[in-house]
Amino acid sequence: MVDHLLGIQGLSKSEIYRYLDTAHSFVEVSERDIKKVPTLRGKTIVNIFFEPSTRTLSSFDIAGKRLSADTINVSIGSSSVKKGETLLDTVRTIESMRPDVVVMRHSESGAPHFAARYLSNTSVVNAGDGQHEHPTQALLDLLTLKQHFKGRGIEGLKIGYVGDVRHSRVARSGAWAHLALGNEVRFIGPRTLVPPEIAQGTFGTPKVSVYDRLEEGLEGLDVVVSLRMQLERQEEHYVPNLDEYSREYCISERILSKVAPKSIVIHPGPMNRGTEITSEVADGPRSLIRQQVTNGVAVRMAVLYLLARSVQSLEEVAHG
Amino acid sequence: MAKAQPIVIHGGKVIDAATELDGEFDILIEDGRVAAIEKPGVLKGHSEAERIDAKGMWVMPGCVDLHVHLREPGEEWKETIQTGAEAAALGGYTSICCMPNTRPANDSPEVTRFILEKAKAAGASRVLPIGAISMERKGKQLAPYHELAKAGCVAFSDDGDPVADAGLMRKALEWCLMLGLPLSCHEEDRNLSCGGCMNESPLSLRLGLKGFPGVAEDVMIARDIELARFTKGKVHICHVSTARGIELIRRAKNDGINITCEVAPHHLLLNEQCVETYDTSFKMMPPLKGDEDIIGLIEGLKDGTVDAIASDHAPHHADSKLVEFSRATVGILGLQTSLPLLLEMSGQGVISRKRMVDLLCSGPSRSFGLDFGTLKVGRDADIVVVHPSRTWTLSTEGIRSKSKNSPFVGRTLTGQVVHTFVGGRHVVNEGCLTSEMSVKAAGNSK
Repeated sequence: MVDHLLGIQGLSKSEIYRYLDTAHSFVEVSERDIKKVPTLRGKTIVNIFFEPSTRTLSSFDIAGKRLSADTINVSIGSSSVKKGETLLDTVRTIESMRPDVVVMRHSESGAPHFAARYLSNTSVVNAGDGQHEHPTQALLDLLTLKQHFKGRGIEGLKIGYVGDVRHSRVARSGAWAHLALGNEVRFIGPRTLVPPEIAQGTFGTPKVSVYDRLEEGLEGLDVVVSLRMQLERQEEHYVPNLDEYSREYCISERILSKVAPKSIVIHPGPMNRGTEITSEVADGPRSLIRQQVTNGVAVRMAVLYLLARSVQSLEEVAHG
Repeated sequence: MAKAQPIVIHGGKVIDAATELDGEFDILIEDGRVAAIEKPGVLKGHSEAERIDAKGMWVMPGCVDLHVHLREPGEEWKETIQTGAEAAALGGYTSICCMPNTRPANDSPEVTRFILEKAKAAGASRVLPIGAISMERKGKQLAPYHELAKAGCVAFSDDGDPVADAGLMRKALEWCLMLGLPLSCHEEDRNLSCGGCMNESPLSLRLGLKGFPGVAEDVMIARDIELARFTKGKVHICHVSTARGIELIRRAKNDGINITCEVAPHHLLLNEQCVETYDTSFKMMPPLKGDEDIIGLIEGLKDGTVDAIASDHAPHHADSKLVEFSRATVGILGLQTSLPLLLEMSGQGVISRKRMVDLLCSGPSRSFGLDFGTLKVGRDADIVVVHPSRTWTLSTEGIRSKSKNSPFVGRTLTGQVVHTFVGGRHVVNEGCLTSEMSVKAAGNSK
């Protein structure tokens, strides 16, 4: 058995802290002149992205390299899928080259779970699957909050996800993480994008609630997570148009200072300034958006380290 | 042709819903027909007859399936008319109605005749073709209903591609009313289902899978009820999967509208939780539902709103299921599991024995106006003998279909088909195809 990181759902509080504490010790590596440790020397990491990504892919790539692992990035556009190779064949082909970790981004929910079921000796890291989970994003968000809320810690917080929750893997992974810590989670947005069933029915706890008015939802929050609003939601009739959306749901300094004056703001990127968040907020003192990106590398180093090491230690057990 | 040897099935418990038989009777089969149904000991003479001992077993009319996919012509790697008709016989179905979603679609008498010729050559269960409602099932131009009916079609359907154009649907109903044949409708508003691959629910939101809302089915059921009322045409609703759909049909029936419906066993016995691990063997259309809908379906079974159980037998190659959930094909096998699953439900007291026979035999026949599904003197001898309590485990080797996509593989099923007679022909004997037994016997004698 090898370990995978397929999602945050099902992780315990202590497992989450194990990732965060490990990440914490890797933050410093990226501050050094020589940003490299030999920890994963001789390990091979394949970043296989079936969906375009610059931020997450480069973050995983840098994380692997700073741990001295050999990394290879494979970007498979949807056109290659049309050429006929199945996900199973692609994944088996890669496993034949004996990587230690496969990092997978895929447009279809459940694709990394499917891959993990057929891989026997390779750890799978979910780098975002469809509208399901994006576990490293949730962890890097928590690390960012942990640094900010140094004194009080990250338990007992009120978090609000604003925007396209229906299609957001960031919101789902984030919600599972905060629920594991006992935090209160709110989903805020229009009914088409924040269906009422996505509360207790979906997450199995009354600690999740749904708001369709921005001001009510933001009231008293410690953390506001702005989600990316995509133009295609207009074509699919989820919103009349992006102007109508932003008039009702754009996060502005005016509204935050009124109902959540002490809140901090994060965003998984890439941002649509003026649609879901104003530049005043994104670039202002509440924003921890740049730190998120920095922490992304440390968190991914921690994930790769813990998974690749667990492979090694199991081998050691077997050979010892 | 030499006259076939008469057959006496004796000692079994005969259950027939249409004639309300429920007790020990002997049945005489002569010239492919039921010649007599008598209390034990009454049938005398017939010393020349082959005797089938049915002690401890149930003797039922052969089951009738209104909804199967045989894939031939065009997709013979999934199933052929031969393998499908054999699977049917092994599963206790003596008549199966095959959907027109072949390649080419069954929108011409040539395709209908091809299917019937293949079925005759297969020599297993009766195959009754369903013609397309529209040419190539594209919803644009009506199919030639009279020609198709003359060639042997028993109903019309565009199968999984619902007729979106209500005007075309109206005219199709008016044409088919002249023939007295039903339109069998897969009910789905594509603008609402919108590529959904599982039931829209809190679970779909958790899994991040595109949801197919039950209302996508309900609005089309409502539309076709109104069109049936307006035209007086005959609508049969396929694989109803929602409680609301059942309620709409119940009300329509109370209003005297000419409408019937079917439910598939998997919608009764499996629920949406089955897809929680993205297991594609549970992906089907309509998608598996939550408990509220299942309760509504069972209510419909109990109170008579549901006319028929239909398997929606949908063979798919394993490769098409070994992919991402959203990209996997939809559907499961059903011909060899429907009867045992219904026996299980009747054994648990969910429905009575008689109601079970009605749902599998007389109800489907009534829905399509067929002359099958009951044990009456003079009718074709379509008879199935089942051992009601014998348990067995479904294995891929035991699946007769070319494809093996059944989530019930590995499940212990209660109730086994021992004999199947199709028009008096002994097609299944002791759970095996007689065609194979004679091949084996011939092989041994060499």
